[in-house]
Amino acid sequence: MKNDLVLRVVGKLLIPFILLFALYVQFHGDFGPGGGFQAGVMLAAAIVFYALIFGVPATQRAVPEWLVETMLASGVLIYAGVGLAGLLLGGNFLDYFVLDKDPVHGQHRGIFWVEAGVATTVAGVMLKIFYMFAMRGRLED
Amino acid sequence: MMVSVVALARSRNLFAAVVLSGVYSFLMATVLVALDAVDVAMTEAAVGAGVSTVLLLGALHLCKSEEAKPAHRPWLPLSVAIGTGALLVYGSFGMPEFSNPLAPIHQHVVPRYLQNEVDLPNVVTAVLASFRGYDTLGETTVVFTAGAGIIALLRRRKKGKRAEGKADEK
Repeated sequence: MKNDLVLRVVGKLLIPFILLFALYVQFHGDFGPGGGFQAGVMLAAAIVFYALIFGVPATQRAVPEWLVETMLASGVLIYAGVGLAGLLLGGNFLDYFVLDKDPVHGQHRGIFWVEAGVATTVAGVMLKIFYMFAMRGRLED
Repeated sequence: MMVSVVALARSRNLFAAVVLSGVYSFLMATVLVALDAVDVAMTEAAVGAGVSTVLLLGALHLCKSEEAKPAHRPWLPLSVAIGTGALLVYGSFGMPEFSNPLAPIHQHVVPRYLQNEVDLPNVVTAVLASFRGYDTLGETTVVFTAGAGIIALLRRRKKGKRAEGKADEK
């Protein structure tokens, strides 16, 4: 699909907006529908879209494999780190009330970081699976 | 939805099956919107219709696009599926009416969730990330494990190169 002009132009126009919408879903998840999981999937979908139009090698230059693998592991670590932070600040594991002087604000902070962790892991895993399948076909061709 | 499922079961062409399953996911998302479960609908549309369709197409790239003829007649699996479905429908008769405010599920912990000591407008996010933080941590770990499993299964081929690279670094 590399030489399809319409797809290239439309893709270039749309991908920034998809990424922006993913961020919106991520950060607005406290107030409207959405959250880490949905945002992570959208992020991955935008990059997969890019890979379908411009090819996997170009995508791997933009989003290298080591970054994806780091994302995959660091998301869980961020999540567990929030839990441990609660533990260190004198609460229970995954207790967000102690993360700030104001308990409600502490909850918001905890949820924000937890959602960030979920989004990171989900996006990383989706992209990794896609890369794995795409590269596999390439190696066997 | 019924039409797409029947067509999905009958089609022998795997490409058509992948596209039909995407159609089914989108219809399912609209049903979830109608049920006021916007968060789930969003997930269904993005995962079911978006990413999993692409992943299935990627898998399709690796195999033939026609399904092999089944070795057995499908009567036994079909009867098991219909039997289970009938049992589930029979069980649903015992459930309280849809949107009945007196149903047990609305009496137990839900009032506390809705009081919302977390003070987030979206209750789904509050329940997911705060009240049920352990569940979500478990889910994230499951997703991570899936990714790690895929890496372990599919990366074997590159091992030789990788070992050489490491040797060069040293």
